[in-house]
Order: sequence, then structure tokens, then C-alpha cells
Amino acid sequence: MSTKAIIETHELTKIYNGQAAVDQLTFIVNEGEIFGFLGPNGAGKTTTLLMLLGLTEPTSGKARVLGLDPTRDPIKVKSRIGYLQENMGFYPDLNARQMLRFVGELNGVTGSAAETRIESALQTVGLFEEIGKKIGAYSRGMRQRLGIAELLIKDSKVAFLDEPTLGLDPDATNRMIELIQSLARDQHMTILLSSHMLQQVQKICHRIGIMIKGKMVVQGPIDQLAQEKFGVGKEKYSLEQIYMKYFQEA
Amino acid sequence: MAQGLKTIIKKELADHFSSYRFTIIFALIAMLSLITAYMVGLNIKNELAGVAKPRFIFLMLFTSSGALFSLVQFVAFFGPLVGLVLGFDTINRERNEGTLSKLLSQPIYRDVVINGKFLAGVVMIAVMMISIVMVITGLGLLIMGIVPGFEELWRIFLYLIISIIYISLWLGVAILFSIVFRSTATSALAALAMWIFFSFFVSLGANILANALSSDTTESDPDKVMTRAKIVKAFSLTSPMELYTDATATIIDPMRKSTRSMVSMGPLESISMARFSGPLPLSQSILIVVPYIISLIAIAVICFAISYTVFMRQEIRSM
Ligand SMILES: Nc1ncnc2c1ncn2[C@@H]1O[C@H](COP(=O)(O)OP(=O)(O)OP(=O)(O)O)[C@@H](O)[C@H]1O
Ligand SMILES: [Mg+2]
Repeated sequence: MSTKAIIETHELTKIYNGQAAVDQLTFIVNEGEIFGFLGPNGAGKTTTLLMLLGLTEPTSGKARVLGLDPTRDPIKVKSRIGYLQENMGFYPDLNARQMLRFVGELNGVTGSAAETRIESALQTVGLFEEIGKKIGAYSRGMRQRLGIAELLIKDSKVAFLDEPTLGLDPDATNRMIELIQSLARDQHMTILLSSHMLQQVQKICHRIGIMIKGKMVVQGPIDQLAQEKFGVGKEKYSLEQIYMKYFQEA
Repeated sequence: MAQGLKTIIKKELADHFSSYRFTIIFALIAMLSLITAYMVGLNIKNELAGVAKPRFIFLMLFTSSGALFSLVQFVAFFGPLVGLVLGFDTINRERNEGTLSKLLSQPIYRDVVINGKFLAGVVMIAVMMISIVMVITGLGLLIMGIVPGFEELWRIFLYLIISIIYISLWLGVAILFSIVFRSTATSALAALAMWIFFSFFVSLGANILANALSSDTTESDPDKVMTRAKIVKAFSLTSPMELYTDATATIIDPMRKSTRSMVSMGPLESISMARFSGPLPLSQSILIVVPYIISLIAIAVICFAISYTVFMRQEIRSM
């Protein structure tokens, strides 16, 4: 695997009402990897993603995505990044086809090229049968898969997935995880994955970072973290044990 | 065209056309204007029987009062409501549903979102005004059996343009509210308050102010009376409604020599007035009206400038 940095931040900070939501955050995500972005509720994960997308302005610090500054070049950054947001944000009155068509058009994907892409994307995520159903009538899991289909429409090489497994049943969680893994494998996407499902994260992530109270307390491959904390390889300890150890120390 | 603008306009139009909200308000306004025009048409026809036809009789369809008010007054009063209803929750609803971040995480500029929503609203307003005017014109042809003259058509066209600008201004105000207020209920209330304020309180306020500034209200000195009238006028002109009524009155009622405020007149009254005074030529009417149109546009531009500056720096996440 090459080690070209796709995402790079340096002392990135966001202050809301005098409180730091993200506090001098410095981390790197390399090309082609699935980076597990972990941390308790309110740690500042979503805020970080918004800053990387140029949707929220950092109070201070530096961020680079694909070598671009998201604050200066938001259009370029947003055209290259697929973002699966926490609450999905689909229009409930549209059906899957209309929604994906809308997103496609905003990204310059139109006409018959768009239609074929929409159909194959829905096939990939297993929603082809529901193509004409209003999104308002979708279950949470279906919406999350539609979110993945949207990434395929954009054909982005970098994806920010904010809790794509939230509220899924065990079987759906596993299928979502497999889907994410296949994005990295087949589409060569670089994925920044925020999730609380540590067991699944452990299965697919190349590296992880643990964020607590706006700070990245540690980042690296899982076995390296296990080595650091417990002095043995990751076979011995689950990610959950490692995470809890860091969490208690912070 | 800026990237994404067309897409957003298309989506907004589809939303408007399929929304109950627009259908209801459109039906309401179409119904009321139809009734008004029908009654006015019948009135004019009856009173004109056996009398020589004055000029610009067709325009009276718009200016003379039917049951309660003339069509022009009706649009001045209810037009703002249409603009406000089309826009009061356009940004904050999307923010609350999380679709705003979906929209803004696509490669489009933030102002494109506002522009697209505004332009789609203007299209809706234009569709509404044009269909109302066409229905009334058709009705007039049917009931009165009079064909509008060339100049009358021009005047109707100008009336249409001014009305579209006027209602769009309120749409601009509504969009501003939907940006500034996070809750749709609050922005709805603010829009309503604004509408009532300009509908009723500005003219009332103008009189109170004039009373305060010129000591004696029973003054008979013509100079003082004039000053008083000027104060009332100047103050009223801060209201878009006043600007609009004055501007359309000049355009659609050529017998008017100035933009004095609108008095509702029955057809016979206006016909007899027409007998004794010559009409103002179209070019002169336009000349009088241009500053009014510019003021209306200026108010809209100010709204937009505020909307842009607030929206560009605003947090887009829902909490
Ligand atoms: N618009 C806002 N105004 C003020 N504070 C905010 C705002 N948005 C977020 N915050 C604060 O920023 C901090 C980080 O929030 P963020 O949503 O980034 O956390 P998170 O790591 O995504 O949490 P979760 O796992 O619950 O999604 C929280 O303390 C939150 O209260
Ligand atoms: Mg979050």
C-alpha cells in the first residue's frame, strides 16, 4: 500500500460558544485505507468531518483533503468526497431514483449515464426492488444503504461515513460492514469510518484513531496499539479492551 | 449558469407544484379574483348601457371595486401572503430535516441554494399572476364585449411586471426569515407579523407621526396642511405596500395625474371623472412609476444582501 496522505490535519480546532469541540486535532489518513474514527458521544467526530468537508469553518489549525484546503476550495473538495451523514438527510417525498438523480445532477452526472449508474448502484446495495418507493417509507437500514448508493453515484474516491451502522440489527450491521469493505476493495475508496461498533471496526479497519474530548489520544494500526498498551499482539485483546483502556486513562 | 442552479430550480418547482400549500392559496386567490372581476364586469356593463364608452374602460376591470375592493387592492393586500407562504420555511425546514447538509455537501456554492429557491418562487408567482390576469381579461371580453386597446394591453403588462416584483420582494423577506430563524413556527409568525405591520400599522403610524410633528390637526393654513400631507406620504413610502399601490395605480389608471393614494371608486364615479380630464400618456405614467419600481427592487436587494451574509457564515448542522 502506498503511503500518500489523503487527509491531513494539523492542530485543527473548532470552538463552539467558548468550548472546544475539536481541540488541536492532528491526524493522517493514507490512501486506500479504512480508518476507524472512534470516540465517545460528543467527542467531536462529526464536527471534524464537517470541517474536512468545508461545511464548518475551523476556528484555527490546518486541514488538507486530497491536498486541498476545504475552507478555500470547498467546491473541489466536495466534488471529490462522498459524505454519508449521521441523519441521512434524504428528501422523504422523493423515491430512491429521484433522489439519486438529484444528487447525480448536482455532481454533473446526467442523462442515460446517470440512469445506468443509479440502477447498478441500487443493485449493489440491494435496494433495486425499492427503486420507486418514497424514501419516507424506508427503514433506517434501507436509508443507510441508499446513502452508500449515493457514494457510488458520485463515484468519489474518498468517503466519510458517519456512523453508517447506527441502529442496525446484527445481520444488517454485518452486511453494511461487508459493503464498506467492498467499497475499499472494489472501488479503491479511502474511507474515514466513524462508528461505535468496535468488533466490526476491528475486522475491517487498517488503522484507527481514538478521539476523546476533541483530542486524538492515539492513532495507528490496532496491533500496534495493543502492543503499546498491553505489550502483546492484537490476537490477545479485542479492540474494545484497548478502547476502554484509553478511555479510562483520558 | 452557476453549477447546480438549474437542478435546484427544477426540484423546487416540482415541490411547489405538488404541494397542497400552494394549491390551496392559489385556488383561494383565483376564486376571489374571479368573483371580484365578475362583479365589476357586470357593474360596468350595466352602468354603461346607453352611455358613450369612455377611454380605458377595460382597465376599470382592475381598478374599480367590486364587492369590497378592486382587484389591484386585492393583490396589494394578499400578494405578500403568497410570497411569504412560498418562502417562510424554505431554509430552516431543510436545516431541521438534515437535507440542508446533504445539499451543501454537494459541489455547489451556498448562494446557489438561495438563488435557486428564490428564482423558483418567482416562477410560481409569475405563473399565478399571469393566469389571474388572463382569466380576468377573458372574463372582461366575455361579459363586457369590449376588446382592450393596444395601450391598455401595455398597461396590463406593466401592471403584471410590477406585481411580480412586488410579490417577489415578499418572497425575499420570507427567505431571509427562514435563514435567520431556526424554527419554522417562529419564521411563520415573524412573516405574519411583518405582513400585518405593513398592512395596517404603517399608514396608522404615518398619521400619528404627522400629528406629533404638526401641532394642530384642525389647521386650515394651506401650507401646514401640505406639510402634514407630505409627512404622511413620506412615511408611508417606507412600506412596500404603499409603493406598490401607488405605482400600479399610476399604470393601470391613466386618469390619475399623480401617485396619490388609492381611493376606491365605483365605475360610474370613475367614468364621470374620465369625462372631465384627459388621460396621462403611457410614457408619462412610466416616468412617474420608475422610481417606485427601483425602490421596490432596492428593498429586495437589501433583503438578499442580508440573507447572503448571514447564510454564508451560518452553521448548517441542525442542532
Ligand atoms: N452547532 C453547535 N453549537 C454548539 N455546540 C455544538 C454544535 N454542534 C456540536 N456542538 C458540540 O460539539 C461537541 C462535539 O459534537 P460532535 O457532534 O462533533 O460529536 P460526535 O463525536 O459526532 O458525537 P456522536 O458520537 O454523539 O455523534 C459536542 O459537545 C456538541 O455539544
Ligand atoms: Mg456524530
